[in-house]
Amino acid sequence: MDDALLIVKGLKMYFPVTRGLLRRKIAEVKAVDNVSFDVKAGETLGLVGETGCGKTTTGRCILRLYRPTAGQIIFEGLDISYLHESKIRSIRRKMPLIFQDPYSSLDPRQSAGSIVGEPIKFHGLVSNKKEYKERVADLFRMVGLNPDMMNRVPHEFSGGQRQRIGIARALACEPSMIVCDEPISALDVSIQSQIINLLEELQDRVEGLSYLFIAHDLSVVRHISNRVAVMYLGRIVELTESKKLYDNPLHPYTQALISAIPIPDRAVEKHRKQIILRGEVPSPLNPPDGCHFHPRCPVAIPDCSQILPPLVDVGDSHQVACIRVKH
Amino acid sequence: MALLTVENLKTYFHTDFGLVKAVDGVSYEINEKEIIGIVGESGCGKSVSQLSTLQLITSPPGQIVDGKVIFEGRDLLQFSANGSEMRSIRGGQIAIIFQEPMTSLNPTLSVFQQIGEMLELHLKMDKEMQRKHSIELLKQVGIPDAERRIDDYPHQFSGGMRQRVMIAMALSCNPKILIADEPTTAVDVTTQAQLLALMQNLVNQYNTSLIIVTHNLGVVARYAERIYVMYAGRIVESGTCDDIFNQPKHPYTIGLLKCVPRLDEAEGTKLVPIEGLPPNLINMPSTCAFLPRCPYSIDKCREEVWPPLKRVNGQYVSCYVDTRR
Repeated sequence: MDDALLIVKGLKMYFPVTRGLLRRKIAEVKAVDNVSFDVKAGETLGLVGETGCGKTTTGRCILRLYRPTAGQIIFEGLDISYLHESKIRSIRRKMPLIFQDPYSSLDPRQSAGSIVGEPIKFHGLVSNKKEYKERVADLFRMVGLNPDMMNRVPHEFSGGQRQRIGIARALACEPSMIVCDEPISALDVSIQSQIINLLEELQDRVEGLSYLFIAHDLSVVRHISNRVAVMYLGRIVELTESKKLYDNPLHPYTQALISAIPIPDRAVEKHRKQIILRGEVPSPLNPPDGCHFHPRCPVAIPDCSQILPPLVDVGDSHQVACIRVKH
Repeated sequence: MALLTVENLKTYFHTDFGLVKAVDGVSYEINEKEIIGIVGESGCGKSVSQLSTLQLITSPPGQIVDGKVIFEGRDLLQFSANGSEMRSIRGGQIAIIFQEPMTSLNPTLSVFQQIGEMLELHLKMDKEMQRKHSIELLKQVGIPDAERRIDDYPHQFSGGMRQRVMIAMALSCNPKILIADEPTTAVDVTTQAQLLALMQNLVNQYNTSLIIVTHNLGVVARYAERIYVMYAGRIVESGTCDDIFNQPKHPYTIGLLKCVPRLDEAEGTKLVPIEGLPPNLINMPSTCAFLPRCPYSIDKCREEVWPPLKRVNGQYVSCYVDTRR
């Protein structure tokens, strides 16, 4: 734990559901419920799950875009969980965000150069104009864009190029960790790999750069991450190294998720076992008692509807939250 | 004799910026009880080709310029788009499931009214029969408590459930061909697996042929028997799934298979991206559209027009280069 860049302990983010003029609280959505993990320097941690599992909310809590209900977020040794808004800005410089939609996340009236340069100015990272220009040009080259394109506005770029601008803007902050929230899901298949490779190259070039990679596509997450945390209804159900996650998934939800993803290889597909889950993801407003997954679980036993299993270490840096898994 | 044969289909759009050849000479066929996949990225013309076969192209700006769509011995493009023949085929003989279940269901009508309309129009059922049959259909597509939910409106269903309603509607008149246009793009993976398995079961049960239009190669590998790969309005490669996944021959197909991360890949595998961008379809050059991105290109590619499909060991490939070497 010593070398961890980011430590998240028991993070909870509940959103109140209110009714009426007085906005009386009638219920709570437990978007993130007792989530703990850490990210080491230079590591990529993948956060994967289906719609509404709380992966984006987790990312937003870490950036302190939300004030968490409970829990601790320790970034570079500093507890930022309840830090005052005025102090949080300098922290955010160290962990910028890349957004999903490259179309709406760039100001359409600003030139690409000024979008990338804004954080440099805002945080006062350079001392004069010449240095500023060089820095922006450098950033353009780093993400594979021609610095001559600096004066263009976002709509003159393709989706993939816009995402590169977003990445350059994140790098401009000289970050230690970048939170990538579904950075490639809005892009075309042949462009996705260009962005994945760019993110990997940058990690090789920038010493100690970490990613928190949030996405729904397990194949992509597994490809880019060193370790992967699988979330279901606000909780982490399994956390392990990418390789083990495919070779030896322990949680029944992870197993179902893996079997649901087709592999573009006919020979492999022919021999894969498919687990088709029953029903749909329940509402986080009213999650099932006990293990949240038990109503859909193919191996559930009566105890599963009583016990909410904690995430436990089963050895070999593999954590899983299931009472059916023998330690 | 194939159930549906599309020959040299061309659909162009006249835009303010120029002529867009969205579908430019596409031919394919589907046999009875067969599942085929049409694969390509956004803007490659895969959806437009399907909409064209049912004459669902808005005109203007769209126009079906040339081609034949032979279904049961008749050329569908000879029928007027809004005529009675075309209406009885659309939904009755050939049904389509769209990508976005929220925008393709009418939010102001209950599910029963929407399925019932199909049954009334195509099968001339009375109200009582419609109701019985609709409930039966909802049960088949796995909607719990169908008797009560039949009177619900689309917004009362989740995304996956709405897509089940769409499947029920599409299958309501027992069509010979079901076209699923990106049926699972808007839903989560576990739901995707549920829906595709459901469709596969139903088409087996009803002896329906299924056309899956998708950008996801994995989905095709799992479900389809034959596959057509499209790029910039044309089919660049076609063949059986076994052949194409084992031995892709067109540089674009080869590139696609190397650029997607696989769930079962070894640690440290590097993706090989297809460089450059998909082409802008306005005022395309007459040479191969993949040429600017192609790592295999030779002089002939720059000098001559886009090559037609030719047969290479059971596959059809539109390329001058023998990529096996």
